[in-house]
Amino acid sequence: MWLAAALAVAVPLAALIGRYPSPGIMNPTLLWSDRTAFLLVTELRLPRIAAALLLGAGLSVSGLVLQMLFGNPIVEPGLIGVSQGGAFGAAVALVAFAPPLWVVQIAAAVTGGAGLALSYTIARRFRFGGWILRLVLAGIAVSALFSAGVGIVKFVADPLSELPSITFWMLGGLATTTWPRIAQVSPVITVGLIYMWTQRWRTNVLSLDERVSFSLGAAPGRERMALLIAATATTASLVAISGIVGWVGLLVPHAARRIVGADSARVLPVALLLGALFVLASDTIARTIIVGEIPLGVLTSLFGAVGFIWLLMSNQVRVIK
Amino acid sequence: MTVLELSGVSAGYGEHTVLRDVTLSVAQGEVVAILGPNGVGKSTLLNVALGWLRPTAGSVSLIGRPLASIGASERGRTVSLVPPVDHIAFEYSILEYVLLGRAPYIGRMQTPGSDDVEKAREALARVGMDAMAGHGVLETSAGERQLVLLARSLAQDPAVLLLDEPSAHLDLANKRRLVELLAREAAGGRTIVLTVHEPEFAAAIADRVVLLRDGALLADGVPDSVMTADLLTRAYGVPIAVERVAGRSVFIW
Repeated sequence: MWLAAALAVAVPLAALIGRYPSPGIMNPTLLWSDRTAFLLVTELRLPRIAAALLLGAGLSVSGLVLQMLFGNPIVEPGLIGVSQGGAFGAAVALVAFAPPLWVVQIAAAVTGGAGLALSYTIARRFRFGGWILRLVLAGIAVSALFSAGVGIVKFVADPLSELPSITFWMLGGLATTTWPRIAQVSPVITVGLIYMWTQRWRTNVLSLDERVSFSLGAAPGRERMALLIAATATTASLVAISGIVGWVGLLVPHAARRIVGADSARVLPVALLLGALFVLASDTIARTIIVGEIPLGVLTSLFGAVGFIWLLMSNQVRVIK
Repeated sequence: MTVLELSGVSAGYGEHTVLRDVTLSVAQGEVVAILGPNGVGKSTLLNVALGWLRPTAGSVSLIGRPLASIGASERGRTVSLVPPVDHIAFEYSILEYVLLGRAPYIGRMQTPGSDDVEKAREALARVGMDAMAGHGVLETSAGERQLVLLARSLAQDPAVLLLDEPSAHLDLANKRRLVELLAREAAGGRTIVLTVHEPEFAAAIADRVVLLRDGALLADGVPDSVMTADLLTRAYGVPIAVERVAGRSVFIW
């Protein structure tokens, strides 16, 4: 409840924070008196805020769902090859031909899914460590592979036109957000989020051993696949508008579990709101704190990594095989 | 009434055949122990009865219907497996964890209702763990964990309860508790099939013992007729003697 209230306060506040007409919070009456202020808020800040909310909610919920599906609390899109795979697909698409956004979105979805499939397959074949460790190791290797691929694409890219947009993918950010871009990706994200929302209790059952969830009357293969597709498509669509924004999908579900316990029926709504709030706050800081702009991915990684280290050291997160 | 029937079942993993031509029919309220050495196919037999593993030959029927024709949720309301261990990645409370047993009664897009919580509490009470409902499931001892797993399966209210090596991690007191608990469930009409690798536990718990050797049925009958020195020696491949002490069988090896 208090999270929803915090969001209700944060959204208008974020819309008014910026550097026009002077650094700080804009006087709301300017919206009626100053045409520039009105356009600035409705055409630049509001779409960006909407994108930040979608991004935070989408990454957090996808991260949570992936954690449940793999029965592994240290999984997130960026750790198991989905984000890097998606960025690679997007980069290739950008260099090969200057495509419309939906092509980038599909390319990102396909390679993001491929990244996940590759991590999973490799993890199954590792002859070292438990399942949680294997999946994370495989994800690191696959992510590195795709990062190297992005490096090669960068090398052959046109340094004037293509390179900046690829660099943007890798750092992550919402600076280029417009209403039409949001409109293009939001159907997939909305459908993905709604489906994952409906499965919020069911994912508890699917987090168990496959034989056990089968014994509980589930069809684990089919149900997991449907959720994997929802999480991957949602993440890839987000990657298409924001590039790689890391750590959100890992940190936010953890923080949400700290608040409401392990039951994902309760964790998911909290993760959704908390993620939206976290990314909105990060993005607002990213665009206001210095005259230029800090890439959003850099900020979330900073906050996320620090928060995660703190969570792991606080003795509250336990991983038991 | 026969609730579980395997006829001429062979099954295995890939090319590797584990069970060979097993025929077994279990009546309602029976407690049947599947006994045999490690790797003989006991768990495979449970997997087949659960529908998790499809037989390569023969057929399985549950409550008079072919198992393969029963839909996932209805199957979950009819047969349940208590695994020897479970992978628990998240810090659930014991009640939240037992509530997962209500899954076959809850629509795929729904969350548990208050009657589901009630049923989960009831299941916990049956295993004597209701006082610990709010505790973390990862904080339980091995014996408590086994009871929690059993409670989750009881929350499914299945006609057939399958237990895979339930005694493996239990001390004597907990074994005794499990024996009493399962006897009560069987008296209430639940059918129980469990795998056991120690003859003592089978003798203590079962109405009927099925002895396996090399994936095939070696003997099937009341405990005293199956667990003889001769049959056990053949099943385990080491000399085993059986003595009667205070009216109970003791197995010496």
